[in-house]
Formats: sequence, C-alpha cells, structure tokens
Amino acid sequence: MRIVVASGKGGTGKTTVAVNLAWTIKSLGHRVSFVDCDVEEPNAHYFLQTEWTSEQTQTVPVPQVDTQACLGESCQKCAQECRFKALIWMVDAILVFPELCHSCGLCEYICPAGAISDTTRTIGTLRQGASDDLNVYGGLLRIGEAMAPPLIKRVKEAASTGEVQIIDAPPGTSCPVIEAMDGADYVLLVAEPTAFGLHDLTLTVHLMRKLGYPFGVVINREGMGDGRVKEYLDREGVEILATLPHTQEAATAYSQGRLLVEAFPDFKDHFSALWQAVQARTSVQAREAQAMRGERR
Amino acid sequence: MKEIVVISGKGGTGKTTVTAALAGLGPEKVIADCDVDAADMHLIMSPAVQVTHDFYSGELAEIDPEICIQCGECREMCRFGAINEDFQVLSEHCEGCALCYHVCPVQAVRMNERLCGQWYESTTRFGPLVHASLGIGEENSGKLVTTVRKASQATAEEKGYELVLVDGSPGIGCPVIASLTNADVALLVGEPTVSAVGDLHRVSELTAHFGIKTLALINKVDINPGLVQELKDFCLDKKIEIVGELPYAPSFTHAQLQGQTICEYDPQGLGQTMAGIWTRIESCL
Repeated sequence: MRIVVASGKGGTGKTTVAVNLAWTIKSLGHRVSFVDCDVEEPNAHYFLQTEWTSEQTQTVPVPQVDTQACLGESCQKCAQECRFKALIWMVDAILVFPELCHSCGLCEYICPAGAISDTTRTIGTLRQGASDDLNVYGGLLRIGEAMAPPLIKRVKEAASTGEVQIIDAPPGTSCPVIEAMDGADYVLLVAEPTAFGLHDLTLTVHLMRKLGYPFGVVINREGMGDGRVKEYLDREGVEILATLPHTQEAATAYSQGRLLVEAFPDFKDHFSALWQAVQARTSVQAREAQAMRGERR
Repeated sequence: MKEIVVISGKGGTGKTTVTAALAGLGPEKVIADCDVDAADMHLIMSPAVQVTHDFYSGELAEIDPEICIQCGECREMCRFGAINEDFQVLSEHCEGCALCYHVCPVQAVRMNERLCGQWYESTTRFGPLVHASLGIGEENSGKLVTTVRKASQATAEEKGYELVLVDGSPGIGCPVIASLTNADVALLVGEPTVSAVGDLHRVSELTAHFGIKTLALINKVDINPGLVQELKDFCLDKKIEIVGELPYAPSFTHAQLQGQTICEYDPQGLGQTMAGIWTRIESCL
C-alpha cells in the first residue's frame, strides 16, 4: 500500500506527518518502507536517523553525435525536431546541450544517418538505508540539475514493495509532485490554518480531483491561525483525518530533529488514530465502494 | 538595475513574508512572484490585475481514435509512459517531445499547443507586481518563472526603476534555477531547525554554483538558539553575510491572515526590524 504525504505549500509539516506516521505503523509491527521523494531538499533522514548503506549515481540518457556519420548542414533534422532545443546547428556541427535534454529519444529515432547514440548525464544519487527496522529510500538531486522527476522515479522504483510505503512528496503542485503521487493508494494532504496554507491547499485539492486519487487532510498547527481551512474543507466535502495542535514544545522538538511520537504521548495518540483512519479508507471494502462511486459518476 | 531573489531551499521558512515586507521598503521597484506553483504573494499584495496573459508552452500529443490502428508502436517508444492501454495521451505524463507523432505509421497523432497557465501584470500599493498561476498539474513551471522574471525586468526598465524583488520557490530544481538566472543577489531565508539548516547548505551550494552573491536572514530565531549559532558559523565560513534576524512571533501569522505585511501590521516593532534589515541588504547591493 502506497500512502503519499503531500502539500502545495512548503513547511506545513509533510515530513513531520510522514516520519511520525511511518514510525507509528512500524511500532505496530508492520513492515514499512519510507520513500523520501523530496530529492531537492530531503529531510526525513534527520528524524529517522537513517544510516545510508548504499549510494548509487543515477544518470539519464542524452544524445551524442558522431560527427563523421552526421549528414551535416543539409540535414539538421534532429535540431529542427527537438522540442527542447537541446540540439542546435552551430557553424559547422550539431551541438548538444545535455541540461536541456528530456531524454525522449526523438533525435536518435529521427536521424537518417544513425549518427546519434546515447551517452549519459548525471542527475544525482539514489540512497538506500535503514532506520531501526524501517527501510529508507531517498535521492539527492545533483546541485545545478533542474529536473527532479526522473530521480524521483528511480527512488520509487528502488523501494521494495513492502507492506506499507510512506512516500514523502516535495512541495508544490507541478511535475515533481505528480511523479511522487503516481500509483498512490491514498494521499494525505497536510495543511496549516493560515492564509497561505488555505490558498495552496485549494490548489492541491484541485490537483487531487484532476488526478483522481482518494485523499484526506491532516491539519497541522491547529490554533496557529483561523478557521477558514476547516470551513473550506467542510464546504468541499473533504475529510479531515487528523488535527495536530500548534505548540512551542512540538516546534522545538521538530527543530532538534526529534520524532513527536517519541517525545509526546498525545502525539502518539494522534498518529495511532491517523493510521486507523487511513487503514479504514484504504481497506478492500473502502476501495470497492470508491470504485463503485466512481463508476456511477 | 539590480535583482534580488528570495529563496530558502526548505519551504515555509518565511520567504513570502520577508519578500512582502521588503516590497514596502527601499526605492520604487517591481515585485515578481516566481513561486508559480504555489503563489501566495497576491494574498498580501491584493493586486489589481491590469493585463492577463495566457501562457502557452510546449506541446501535448493527441491521438485520433478514428485513425489509430492500435499497433502499439507509440506506447512502446514513449519514454514517459504517457500513452495508456486505450491509446489515450495522459497529459500529466506527456512532455510534448513528439516522438509518438514521428513513430505513428498512420499519422494518428497530432501535436497541440499547450496552455500551461496564466501570468498577470498588476498594480499594488507597493508598485507593479508580475505574478502567475500554473495550470493544475501542468508542466513547464521553469519556463513560466522565466516569463515572469523577464516581464518584471521589462517593466522595471520601462519605468526606470532600479530594483526587481523576486519571491522564489522552495527546492533547488527547475523553478529555482529559472528564478536565479540573471539575479544579482540571492537572499536566503533560514530557520534554526535541522531540516532548514540542511536545506540552506544545499541551496547555498546552488547559488555558489551559479556564482551569485548570497545573503542570509535567520527567521524564527527563538525556536532553537543552538542551531542559530550553527547557522551563523556556517554563513561566516561560506562568506554569506547575515542581514538580520527575526523572532518566532504570532504577529507574522496575524498579519498574513489580515492580508498585511509585517511592517503594516506592526510598524513600530517588527516593522523597524525589517527596515534595519533592508538597510543592510541595500549596503550589500
């Protein structure tokens, strides 16, 4: 079962919810894998005190041109057809800009002379490790690399199926988030009761409806702002699965990289209840009911 | 003309709060919200939109079911898994590379222009604001950032303003790289949490990679004084000037809920702190 923890706005508590939920599920005796899909700024390992046991460089294919075989100025088909302007004709040869390449393979397919073959561009590292008996998977995007989705995909592929996978998504609503959510059985959206929190939650709810994954909301730092987030969710008929209080003690524990479920008994209760709520919504019966509702629609 | 980009690596450290406060300080300027997939600046700026532009970027494949013979060539060749078993294009996976268009033996694929969002030229009580909204689940956020950035520079030139102030997005990937292109100064907003310290390290590596002068502001200092010292030591080591500190205060949330900058909400207290921070930033330009 894949549970993705996401939010439009950054810093609402995605990683907090993800690591504490994973720890709770693990403590109940389930086999859990933690999949950190924030490859730009990964943080879960601080809380899980992960020991990385393997790191592998990850690459994507990019073209290289055999100038001897290239038909030259009279052709330029690859440069004309590349939608990403990753190949251009410069004075007397085709020049490749690997950082613009999306690895689609079009140039290689289209070249009439077979002059294009694959070389590689490094996008970052794939990391695997363990925290206690929790398997942890993560990625580290190379500094200067723009495209996170291919690395996110590798991290997800590396994660063994496990009984339960908790997937920590990056912030936002664009391609890296969509890649992290791909194949989700359930999505937990973490929101804070502020003006920015509400606006970005609205965007994420729209995204969820477009992608069609079952989802519910965790309100974090309840008491920090006002009641507009709850009113919105009520109006939209979106379920709230848990409400976590805003306390200075929790903020301090977070700042130190501590797990809330270990530091505070009431957070332990909140997360146990959250896991029960998620289970109830991902059970076979719940999924069948969901599918039936979907068919009727 | 100078361009300051406010980024943080980690989300939620206070980028937009700081940018909004700086918008009301210093010389006349153009403000740009380059966090296009979770844009919040307008919630404080209350912009009056003057011009709305559709943002088209890239292409999206479409398969005509009348012509398609379901041979499977396109599905096999597509490296993005963007064609499903019913030979429909999944827009959230399609990168618009057009390989399917070339591969199809019966010309059933059409490449259509892709509407990815909107961008706006607005006026606010702090001056012109250029902002955008990326379509739900759309790609090309980096290109939309570039569009917003270029438009804000053009507006500044047209008006003879000396400053462009940019609110960036979290992370170190495509939209952040796009917002840093052409920047004179990157202002990193950090906070004393283990996550944010780790993230600040990575984002400062990124600004160093692009050779951009980097400043830092430490927000929420009272959460963890020990880590504040660690941040200061790190900045000293990397020659990143710290332009000021802000407390972990409920006023910031209250100001946001009222659609005000912290300078408007608390002009005598935190407003003065922000004014001091601007003076430090200005001396570094």
